[in-house]
Amino acid sequence: MNPVIKIEKVNKIYHTGEVDVHAVRDVSLEIMPGEFVAIMGSSGSGKSTMMNMLGCLDRPTDGRYLLDGVDVSGLNRDALAEIRNQKIGFVFQGFNLLSRTSALENVELPMLYNARGAMSAPEQHAAAMDALTIVGLAQRSGHHPNQLSGGQQQRVAIARALANKPSLILADEPTGNLDTQTSIEIMGVFQGLNDKGITIVMVTHELDIASFTKRNIIMRDGQIITDKLVDNRLIATEELEKLRAAQRSVKLSA
Amino acid sequence: MRIFATFRMAVRALRRNKLRTMLTMLGIVIGVCAVISTFSLVNGAKSSVEAQIASLGQNVVLIFSGSLSRGGVHSGWGGAGTLTIEDATAIQKEVSGIVSVSPELRSGSQVSAGNQNWSTTVLGEGDEYLEIRQWPLSDGAMFTPQDVRGANKVAIIGLTVSKQLYGDASPIGQVIRVKNVPFIITGLLVPKGLSVSGSDQDDVMIVPYTSAMKRLFGSTTLRGITAQASDPKVLSDVQHQITDLLRQRHHIQPNRDDDFTVRTQEEIAEAATATSKIMALLLGGTSLVSLIVGGIGIMNIMLVSVTERTREIGIRMAVGAKGKDILLQFLIEAVTLSLLGGIIGSALGVMASKFVAAKMNLPTLTSVSSILFAFGVSFFVGIFFGFYPARKAAQLDPIDALRYE
Repeated sequence: MNPVIKIEKVNKIYHTGEVDVHAVRDVSLEIMPGEFVAIMGSSGSGKSTMMNMLGCLDRPTDGRYLLDGVDVSGLNRDALAEIRNQKIGFVFQGFNLLSRTSALENVELPMLYNARGAMSAPEQHAAAMDALTIVGLAQRSGHHPNQLSGGQQQRVAIARALANKPSLILADEPTGNLDTQTSIEIMGVFQGLNDKGITIVMVTHELDIASFTKRNIIMRDGQIITDKLVDNRLIATEELEKLRAAQRSVKLSA
Repeated sequence: MRIFATFRMAVRALRRNKLRTMLTMLGIVIGVCAVISTFSLVNGAKSSVEAQIASLGQNVVLIFSGSLSRGGVHSGWGGAGTLTIEDATAIQKEVSGIVSVSPELRSGSQVSAGNQNWSTTVLGEGDEYLEIRQWPLSDGAMFTPQDVRGANKVAIIGLTVSKQLYGDASPIGQVIRVKNVPFIITGLLVPKGLSVSGSDQDDVMIVPYTSAMKRLFGSTTLRGITAQASDPKVLSDVQHQITDLLRQRHHIQPNRDDDFTVRTQEEIAEAATATSKIMALLLGGTSLVSLIVGGIGIMNIMLVSVTERTREIGIRMAVGAKGKDILLQFLIEAVTLSLLGGIIGSALGVMASKFVAAKMNLPTLTSVSSILFAFGVSFFVGIFFGFYPARKAAQLDPIDALRYE
């Protein structure tokens, strides 16, 4: 099996003012299909830069990046936009939904820019509804983001990431703006998608969230210092059950 | 990305800020309204002048006798009496492209019938004069070539003269006296209204030029000659031929001025429309400037909009929008703004020119072409002033745009 992500000796140097910032140094990494990876690190560790490069939002200064076997390190803006559209689904910390636009239309957004698999309007609606059903929000399709809770907004964002059936989902601190219970619910959604074979790479600085994934990578000063599989992986459904039991015991919920 | 979906997106974005959209559009609305109403006014003025020029007749060449200068006092055209009946005959015979010729005499005279009298212009003309001027009779008949040959005492009159002398009664067969010479009225002219210069064209009496020369003015020369060419294309050629012919006939040395003037209908029309052309340039220029100001308003708002929606642009780019998709989105938004302004402006402009026509009694003419022109201009204003903001949006870096607060 070919790796979904294969980076070889990748460097990223920002030329800002007098000092060059070496954000990522000589990093090599392979991620196979079906993996669920958490990239961790303190701020300034290079994990965001890493994420931007993996997401084809940014190009490495040197080194090679093969996404799904295709070298994308030398592609131009438009070609990268197409790669993002076809192969990658993004989930952001701040949800980044279009306001005053319904959940359904937010999910349809990547389809609008899909030149290859252009669909008719009814087909688009159906596909978007399917994606919303996967994240359990089919009945909220007509709601605008400001009528949805944070967890629901993040689910819409995940549905949007699924819109063009990508091989890879990249999540940048997806639980950063959410409370514990909602965070676990979102991790449950990710685990469900991962069980269906979708590769997920996630940036987080929360250890407990990282333990829902299968593999943890820790970065410091632009380099990977730890790369290990998760031993006692938490299962979201079980953790939610435990949390509810605890809440019942203090009569926080019925 | 489909154009229709992009268009819907643009309309939605514009509806989000209704007040701002309307104020931005106002510039274009005023500009287009100004363009259409000024063009209507100018076109109206032009077409009424053109109608009056057309009333001169068809393919007409006017030849005037030179002016007379005696002791520093110049008489008007025709005063010198340098043209003769022989000149007129020669023009008819020798100039190719000439269909018909009418020698002309003119004088103001007191005319009377019964106990009524009136001061009018008496014209001596050939029998083909009415055909040249495209001036039909409403009653009776034109005098014949025989009348011209025999210098008969027959006349046709305009409506004004008829009203003054005979009231509402028919003047046909009545006797009209000029300088105590009785003429029989054979025809009544169809009223023509005011001329370009504002004089009453119906205040006229026309007699055979021979009768005018022998019986009324005792003159042997003509004031002018009215000639008709076969085709508008040959007018200037005819003009040159007549000039050459008359210079030769009048034995004018090559370095001396003509003792006559030849004017074509085209030249007269050009002179008459020159002012309305200047008006059109001035007014059209001013309203175009206001359209450009409206366009700058659109550009300003689009720049604000791009800045406000930086994050939205970042999201769109992250999910796969290419530069050209973003460019198109903002360009369509700008064009929608300006076209919508164009539609409203056109409607207001048409109404404004109708209002002016009705209330101020000015002729206006709203042509489809001026509406299309205003429309086209507002479309290009949208493209032109929308392009820079749209390109700015399209060139944003997706990472920076996503981080924008």
